Amino acid sequence: MVKTIKAFSALGALLLTFAVYAAGSVELESAKNDPDNVNSLQRGARNFMNYCSGCHSARYVRFNTLGRDLDLSEEQLIENLMFNAEKTFETIEATMPMDAALRWFGQAPPDLSLMARARGTDYVYNFLKGFYIDPDSPTGVDNRVLGGTSMPHVLWELQGYQRAVFSTDDNGVSHFEHFEQATTGSMSAEEFDEFARDTANFMEYMSEPIRSTRRVLGTWVMIFLVFFWILAYNLKKQIWKDVS
Amino acid sequence: MARIESQVGTRANAFMKWVDDRFPFTETMKYHVTEYYASKNFNWWYIFGVLSMVVLVIQLVTGIFLTMNYKPAAAEAFASVEYIMRDVEWGWLIRYMHSTGASFFFIVVYLHMFRAMLYGSYKKPRELIWLIGMMIFFVLMAEGFAGYLLPWGQMSYWGAQVIISLFGAIPFVGDALVEWIRGDYAISDITLNRFFAFHVVLLPLCLIALVFLHIVALHHVGSNNPDGIEIKERKGPNGVPLDGIAFHPYHTTKDLVGIVVFLMLFAFVVFFAPDMGGYFLEHANFEPANTMATPEHIAPVWYYTPYYAILRAVPDKFWGFVLFALAVVLPVFLPWLDRARVKSIRYRGWIYKTALTVFVVSFITLGWLGLQPAEGVYVMMARIFSILYFAFFIFMPYYTTIDKTKPVPDRVVYHG
Repeated sequence: MVKTIKAFSALGALLLTFAVYAAGSVELESAKNDPDNVNSLQRGARNFMNYCSGCHSARYVRFNTLGRDLDLSEEQLIENLMFNAEKTFETIEATMPMDAALRWFGQAPPDLSLMARARGTDYVYNFLKGFYIDPDSPTGVDNRVLGGTSMPHVLWELQGYQRAVFSTDDNGVSHFEHFEQATTGSMSAEEFDEFARDTANFMEYMSEPIRSTRRVLGTWVMIFLVFFWILAYNLKKQIWKDVS
Repeated sequence: MARIESQVGTRANAFMKWVDDRFPFTETMKYHVTEYYASKNFNWWYIFGVLSMVVLVIQLVTGIFLTMNYKPAAAEAFASVEYIMRDVEWGWLIRYMHSTGASFFFIVVYLHMFRAMLYGSYKKPRELIWLIGMMIFFVLMAEGFAGYLLPWGQMSYWGAQVIISLFGAIPFVGDALVEWIRGDYAISDITLNRFFAFHVVLLPLCLIALVFLHIVALHHVGSNNPDGIEIKERKGPNGVPLDGIAFHPYHTTKDLVGIVVFLMLFAFVVFFAPDMGGYFLEHANFEPANTMATPEHIAPVWYYTPYYAILRAVPDKFWGFVLFALAVVLPVFLPWLDRARVKSIRYRGWIYKTALTVFVVSFITLGWLGLQPAEGVYVMMARIFSILYFAFFIFMPYYTTIDKTKPVPDRVVYHG
């Protein structure tokens, strides 16, 4: 038994090293989002529909599912979120025609249904906060976590523009140090952090709407299995009484 | 009352007699279940056979329901998986059970194979059980590979691209072979369609048939045990092995305890960590397949990575493929490579114990290396552990001959 425990803890340690190695190359600040905070998700939905859905679709996400999970009534959905949809069973489509987007930006804005799951919530959070002035770029900005992005800084009114400060190491490789504010927006740095956090949180929700349901159901399943195990264990003990 | 009961009893007996006259039902039940005697001293290593069956059933049942909603077409596959995840009633649960089941299938099968290595279960008279088992393993690898293409995500596409192109390393016929497998000049809708056919029809049929043969062969010779003693050699006056107990109700009730523990682990992953940190469901596979953009870092799913690491450790494409194939196939020869007089590790000497430990460490480390980019120190590590992996098999006839074994007792060790 002790041997088995030892073997399993060794395996655990090994898996942990895997996880550490699997981490990405760009250092990401934690979004510190709470996917169980419905208020944050509601604010995130508002942000998403107002600032993202003009160009980005989320074509696997239905409004009625959203309403159910985010405690929103049909009226609230229609009045606050459904700008270009008629019925609540419709999915989130971009307002901008995709062929026009292709012409304007050189590539169509990606669908965002699963972005948080593919790249991580922290990635989304850092991306939203990562635009900085780059005079060489056609949009005037670049992004720290996705260099060469063709997306313009659509949140400039809120965040303002920032400059990136780089340092050069002994090998002549430049490293990102920090941002400094160039122009101010309508939000303070803290308010904008909150804005990005809510939006990233909502995108995490969109990437797996069933998350909270599965965790609740999972708890009941585990409780059932514990009772089932007690039953099975005692049955085995009873049956095995006559084995010597 | 008693009269009615006996009448019912008589009727049931008459019915069973009617059946048994036409089909060996009672005889089969006795032979395989109620009078199949297996050693009473099984430890928990012996749970992984039945767990493989449990996972097989989970995969078959969830697979049928997935098939009802999945669309095997390049234009629709990715969206249909999301449709299952979001719009199909309980679709998310069925899908997570299937994706988690795939990884758990390999976990239990690897542990099941390791059990055979611990206790010499492949040795005479069980060579055929081992060979059939290895065939099950090969079919399972193909099944997992075909299934991984179906969600049509970035990893599905590019992982399949890398693995299928391996066959291109075979001289002369390589390129034609690759084209024949894909059915196209690149992985396309055609490839997806045929992989779907393999995954849901051809390979499951092979799996079920081979599992059936595996069990027929097992029940013919009888199960091994942690002492590697043939319990059939010592029978009581009633013809039952002295150390054997009936599969039902003894082993079935014991297995049930293990199955519930397994289900707890399984349910934990399904409900609380279905991605398993990107190892069971890879992050890049949440982006639809894009033929124009290669993902930053392509790695096969974790259960193939030990062999993938061996492939990449070789600088030459053709020889890499040869060693890769050899690494997969070599365990087939274990029954003839292992020359030890005893079966179980309990009575083997320090040499085999050391060799087996080195093998396990190599296999796990190679699995980890297969997930890393092939650069710098990783390449050197992969080479060292590949050599150790092969050395375990190649030198086995020698070191199992000189290894000092301990005397094997007549009866199995069992502490009530």
